[in-house]
Amino acid sequence: MEGRRAAELAARQSFGKLVAWLTARCGDVAAAEDALGDAFLSALKQWPEQGVPRAPEAWLLVAARRRLIDRARRDQTLERLLPELGAAIPGMDPETPQNAMEFPDERLRLLFLCSHPAIDPGIQAPLMLQTVLGLNASRIAAAFLVAPATMGQRLVRAKAKIRQARIPFVLPGPEALPARSAAVLQAIYAAYSTGWDTAAEAAQVEVLTQEAVLLARLCAALLPQEPEARGLLALLLHCQARHGARRAADGSYVPLLEQDPGLWDAALIAEAEAELTQASLAGRPGRFQLEAAIQSVHAHRAVSGTVDWPALLRLYDALLALAPSAGARVSRVAVLAELAGPEGALAELDGLATADPALGDHQPWWALRAHLLQRSGQAGEALQAYRRAIALAKDPAVRAFLRHVAQGQDAAAGPVPGRSAG
Amino acid sequence: MQYAVLIYESEQDFADRPSLMPAYAAYSQALAEAGHMAGGEALQSTHTATTVRLRHGERQVQDGPFPDSKEQLGGFFLIDVPDLDAALTWAARCPAAERCAVEVRPVLAREAP
Repeated sequence: MEGRRAAELAARQSFGKLVAWLTARCGDVAAAEDALGDAFLSALKQWPEQGVPRAPEAWLLVAARRRLIDRARRDQTLERLLPELGAAIPGMDPETPQNAMEFPDERLRLLFLCSHPAIDPGIQAPLMLQTVLGLNASRIAAAFLVAPATMGQRLVRAKAKIRQARIPFVLPGPEALPARSAAVLQAIYAAYSTGWDTAAEAAQVEVLTQEAVLLARLCAALLPQEPEARGLLALLLHCQARHGARRAADGSYVPLLEQDPGLWDAALIAEAEAELTQASLAGRPGRFQLEAAIQSVHAHRAVSGTVDWPALLRLYDALLALAPSAGARVSRVAVLAELAGPEGALAELDGLATADPALGDHQPWWALRAHLLQRSGQAGEALQAYRRAIALAKDPAVRAFLRHVAQGQDAAAGPVPGRSAG
Repeated sequence: MQYAVLIYESEQDFADRPSLMPAYAAYSQALAEAGHMAGGEALQSTHTATTVRLRHGERQVQDGPFPDSKEQLGGFFLIDVPDLDAALTWAARCPAAERCAVEVRPVLAREAP
């Protein structure tokens, strides 16, 4: 059984590194994955019988490379790769001691490839999860609430485009790097928020959020000069830290301001704070750093027992100046209500909807409106707004929470359920 | 690798062609000097286009371009560059990129004889 476990462990830990190395040599991410898949199958067969090689990654790489060479000999479109694939790889002997087996980590190039602007933005995050982390298409499909066949097809199509249009496997030049890094981070954030927003099974949501945190960690390590990579990691860690506090024992939704800070994960918060501090040293604030700083203010309640609303208002103003979004605008009004009372905030909220009619379908806008109406004593109108918010809520637990508040059983229930406040 | 850089133009652009010629001449020259030019032609206005379909063995001929939309294929360059990033860089320099749009398509490689 040791051989099987070793093969599975190697698969989990090395998948992205091996796919990246092979893709760098054949420019075809689908062919790289196929070859590696074959190599894993051989490992599962041979390792339990013949023992685990001293350097499992090297063994897999050599086996996968052999598959690619076989294929290149048969396939004319890959033939030009033969010299590169056949070239000796220094230190690539499966029987060398593990620590002598070092090959370049090309996963950053793989991340850039997956978020190339020529690839449909909607498939970039799934593509990263599959090629860098080795998640299979059906698990990705479940998390993104798409039929497995559809997701499989879209992934295949994206990989075919990489090969056929010859999207290069390179690090972007300095002039393109900021925009391309932003695309990588955006795709990771999309993976995380998908895990968060959808009403998918709790277990699948957890898989996706944890995998997204893994990608964010990888990115922060691979892009040390990019403060936004650390900012994104800090943001996701803050959100992850509240995982255990977000649901009550009966599974019901607990809004941020009512969460027991004792249930927050102190180690994750400390790590988030360290990342954010490191990021701020670069002196280049960005959207993810500001969002992380907002979560950091909330996390500070664990120490101070209070929320620093003026600090939150400043951070939301800075965020809106840099990266305006409907969610951030609504959250800013929620902060304003704490500082200036519900009447002024209501006027501000209505102003937002006049400027952007799309807010008519934005659940947090309706939830905040309902809450502010309730606080200013307009019970009838509040109920109407709660109904809209309930109808728009995707998460059943949030729906139940809103229903509960709407029934007035807990008129003091304050905060708005919404991601930016969760 | 060869890519077709397809030039999409509005009716106005078709009409303004004489004034656009210097920009296209400069672009062609830059491509040629960089050694990436593999071919290309400008097309006449869409008023001259005829669309043909064969359905159940029967020829259907229709006046006008396919598809009939506001912007139309006005011409193309065939460029030879290493990869898509290089192709996109050249496509962005094409005068049509600023005025309307440029579509980049890899050319299907022919089987070796």
